[in-house]
Amino acid sequence: MPSVQQVEDLLRAALEAETVKVTDISGDCGESFEVEVVSKQFQGKLPIARHRLIHDALKNEMASIHALSIKKSQTPEQAAAAAAQ
Amino acid sequence: MAAASQLSSSIRASPTRVALRSTAVKRVAAKAPVRGLVRAEAAPEFAGLGPEMKTAVDKFLGDNKIVVFMKGNKDQPRCGFSNTVVQIFKSMDVPFETVDILQDEGLRAGMKIYSQWPTFPQVYVDGEFYGGCDICIDGYKDGSLVEAVEAAMAS
Repeated sequence: MPSVQQVEDLLRAALEAETVKVTDISGDCGESFEVEVVSKQFQGKLPIARHRLIHDALKNEMASIHALSIKKSQTPEQAAAAAAQ
Repeated sequence: MAAASQLSSSIRASPTRVALRSTAVKRVAAKAPVRGLVRAEAAPEFAGLGPEMKTAVDKFLGDNKIVVFMKGNKDQPRCGFSNTVVQIFKSMDVPFETVDILQDEGLRAGMKIYSQWPTFPQVYVDGEFYGGCDICIDGYKDGSLVEAVEAAMAS
């Protein structure tokens, strides 16, 4: 089972992410992560395509991850706009 | 519930599911990632999307505008993520079908390949894979899910 650090490293490497935040939210039901990613690779991509990129980056780990909740998949511009609000 | 068992039984009725594995692998390989092929070979149980299952799922999605493949069913969701999606569609007051993937391990594995999506729930609108729980929540908040559903209902 991957650790929070491993998930973070994989996402950072695969997506050239500016910001990666991974939180372990597993209660008593198993392996479960919440992730937030800011990456320029999301530019021009629909949410579904962004989520697929994240899943692809973790494809070897997904089998042992019970749940992956993608809270944020933003481009740097979107993240900056959100932060400015 | 009726829908789930109907789809499940039509899929179970296919006796050659295992024999047709190589066809399923080819389909995945042709459609997209080499990754799909590699994974199917490494873990044979993931190659469970035979032509019969694909045809049954195609037909089911053609007959129903909104379908949620989930853990449990709309009356008894068995997972918080699945429940969230059910509540979203209930609040939109639109007809939708749910299929319980916990009832059929073959269907569960097959749908991961069909969608190229590793987790459940999986939401289909008008025959197209829309996304999982997070995408539905975002789409519900920004109105794009309502738009997609209305377009599907009008088509």
